[in-house]
Amino acid sequence: MRATVLVRPKGGILDPQGEAVERSLRQLGFEVGEARVGRVIDLEVDASSADEARSQLERMCENLLANPLIESYEIELEEHSA
Amino acid sequence: MTERRPRVAVLVFPGSNDDRDAAWALSAVGADPQLVWHAEPKLPRVDGVVLPGGFSYGDYLRCGAIARFAPVMEGVADFAADGGPVLGICNGFQILCEAGLLPGVLRPNQSLSFVCRDVPLVVERADTPFTARCELGETLTIPVKHGEGWYHPPDDFPEEQIALRYAPGENPNGSERDIAGVVNADGNVMGLMPHPEHAVDPLLGSGDGGLILASLVDAARERSYSRAS
Repeated sequence: MRATVLVRPKGGILDPQGEAVERSLRQLGFEVGEARVGRVIDLEVDASSADEARSQLERMCENLLANPLIESYEIELEEHSA
Repeated sequence: MTERRPRVAVLVFPGSNDDRDAAWALSAVGADPQLVWHAEPKLPRVDGVVLPGGFSYGDYLRCGAIARFAPVMEGVADFAADGGPVLGICNGFQILCEAGLLPGVLRPNQSLSFVCRDVPLVVERADTPFTARCELGETLTIPVKHGEGWYHPPDDFPEEQIALRYAPGENPNGSERDIAGVVNADGNVMGLMPHPEHAVDPLLGSGDGGLILASLVDAARERSYSRAS
């Protein structure tokens, strides 16, 4: 099963990388605000159901993919590919 | 009678690059350092552990996030739980945080720039195994060199666990509350971003780092005697 994990700096956490990106975009003439920079992890999960895959992915996020102190995560599953 | 040289492990991860400097400096202040490869299933019999600086696993994902799963880390956790002194320097600090042996996390410097310079540090705790040779309130000069040293503590992080602070106006990375080094609640695990192993000889700028390492060696020697008795 294909899955995508999105990891973002938590709301309220200062994101200097996002601010730098925002400044650069403005220099290019784009009217943007509040850019935030996170991470995308695409992976293949070996699971018999979407629920099982989701619970595995949650454990992956808690143990390695995200640092819960400063990051939030979101899991997207390609359900039909089971 | 000469003093016993206590055995201190210096862990080596793929991408560690201050391991040999740490071993050299520990030896200079009276330890018998032993380089220990990360894949060792067991921590050898030692009385102190140092996690050196570097870029373990290329800093992939987050600094220290991968290294904390190294086989030898289980032995380090047991050693720490038993009260053994464990010191993490720079990348070693990041690994200890990711491993949960120290609270908090280290983020990319607020300036987004790598910093490499001497910084003045204020000793906030002189009663830990890593600062016993320092005076409370003393200023130490020790170099930093890192891209990810912005310390972010958990909410309600107690002042008592702050061992070292950047002197006022000298914070090189944006660290909350100017924190440069912290200890765990029991005081036997410490992490710091500055590199004491690069400041053990006044000829090269400062010998202040020697105070930190010599304190650790004292604690390790103490432990070796109590283990032997």
